[in-house]
Amino acid sequence: MDEHLLVMRGVSKEFVQGDRRVEVLADINLTIHTGEFVAIVGSSGSGKSTLVSLITGLQKPDTGTVEFAGKRVTEPGPERGVVFQNYSLLPWLTVTDNIALAVNSVFPQWSKAERRKYVDGFIQMVNLSHAAHKRPSELSGGMRQRVSLARTLAMKPKLLLLDEPLSALDALTRAVLQQEIARICSDERITALMITNDIDEALLLADRVIPLTPGPNATLGPSFVVDLPRPRDPEVLFHSNEFRELRARVTTHLLEMRQTTRASAKPARPLPDVLPRHDLRRSLIRTSSKLDG
Amino acid sequence: MSDRRFTLDWLVLPLIGMAAVVLLWVVTCSTWAPDLPTPARTWEMSKLYVLQPFAKRGEADQGVLRFAWYSLVLVCKGYFLALLIGAPLGFLLGTSKLLTRIFDPIIQFLKPVSPLAWLPLGLVLFRKSEPAALFTIALCSMWPTVVNTAMGVRAIPQDYLNVGRVLRLSRWDMLFKIMLPATMPYMFTGFRLSLGVAWLVIVAVEMLVGAPGVGGFLWQEYNSNIPEHIILCILTIGVVGFVLDRLMSMVENRLKAA
Repeated sequence: MDEHLLVMRGVSKEFVQGDRRVEVLADINLTIHTGEFVAIVGSSGSGKSTLVSLITGLQKPDTGTVEFAGKRVTEPGPERGVVFQNYSLLPWLTVTDNIALAVNSVFPQWSKAERRKYVDGFIQMVNLSHAAHKRPSELSGGMRQRVSLARTLAMKPKLLLLDEPLSALDALTRAVLQQEIARICSDERITALMITNDIDEALLLADRVIPLTPGPNATLGPSFVVDLPRPRDPEVLFHSNEFRELRARVTTHLLEMRQTTRASAKPARPLPDVLPRHDLRRSLIRTSSKLDG
Repeated sequence: MSDRRFTLDWLVLPLIGMAAVVLLWVVTCSTWAPDLPTPARTWEMSKLYVLQPFAKRGEADQGVLRFAWYSLVLVCKGYFLALLIGAPLGFLLGTSKLLTRIFDPIIQFLKPVSPLAWLPLGLVLFRKSEPAALFTIALCSMWPTVVNTAMGVRAIPQDYLNVGRVLRLSRWDMLFKIMLPATMPYMFTGFRLSLGVAWLVIVAVEMLVGAPGVGGFLWQEYNSNIPEHIILCILTIGVVGFVLDRLMSMVENRLKAA
């Protein structure tokens, strides 16, 4: 089972903004094995969604290659199912019809009754049977994300891509859905790549956590293997020493990476080198320079 | 409480507005415009047409709703022609920047041309009054549909298209399962505006070609010097136009709520 499902080599992507070129991602190297749950952690604006777009094939890399199951990715497809941050449900379709649209196009060879049963099964899996006939506008954010998850899982993807799926939700809903994603992924033996800005979430769900440096020129740091027993109960986990130590290591790494990018980043326009003459401000600068070592 | 509020907003206040207009009408009649028939006289002369709205006493002498019906049938034909051409044209313009660049100047240039200008050209082209009328209605009323449909297509969220791409939908499914439903609310705004224009155009067209209908009746009664019936026609045109617009916006709101 140690197959390389996804391999990214030397991938970079830049955007043209007016007359400026911004390199969002630089030299991304990533390998995901079958059966793994990998989480990529990065702060907002570090090019996380661009990374997902490159893996789905919605965007093409400027340099480097993205290979999926031994083949080069050239276009999007259902074998790389993505759960978008903003749900991307079609507002004119009910919960059932949103999922059925995916099922009908991925499994056209099945009979109507088979498809219908299959769709209902996925609605049940995300506990939405009572809302099957509702439209997305009648659902809460958490319920919408469940539908989106069910739609993606119903395509039977070889790789499940989760692009900050929970970041728009409140803390409680988020915790519930984290447990549900963990349950579904281990029950169905799903290979998943999750993008998130929440280190706790990453450690709770993933087998491997990889930090992404803040952009521009964002790139991946070293992998941190999360060797914690499953199923993971957040109540217990958050108080265990193993978890705390791991969390501290990842956090430190993210902060260090941030500082090196800050130092190496050249300002687009030279700023005047002035310091405000204020006591509080000066004392802050003193402390922070001490911290920098 | 809310019930009383509703009666006030939707019944009492509009009635005050109407009463004010009637008052202005009466004052105008009795001061500087003695030729303008008073409301009472207008009612007296129009009673027969309103109370027997579908009567047919002769070609030129029919109930007011019967005339309105003739006009509506003609409008519908021209309007559907406009939608048939306008919606696909708008879709093409919405999907292709190239086509927009090619055709947008022409559309901007054709849009403001009055129906009175198109009709004679239609008569030259088709030599008959009905096709000329349809040509004029379609040509004048299609622009809001074209413009709004194109706008709706451009406004389709990229997310919906991405969903379609991930599912590898065929072009056909992409069009009918994603693009068309996503554009629907915009299209219907266009349809509603187009219907308004079509109804506006019909009166002018009927007056020019002398077809039976509210506009034709209006012109005929002007020639027979019965100003009361002119007012009757104006009121009928207004009421029918209002009802059409309400009906369309009901459909539109249902679509937007979905």
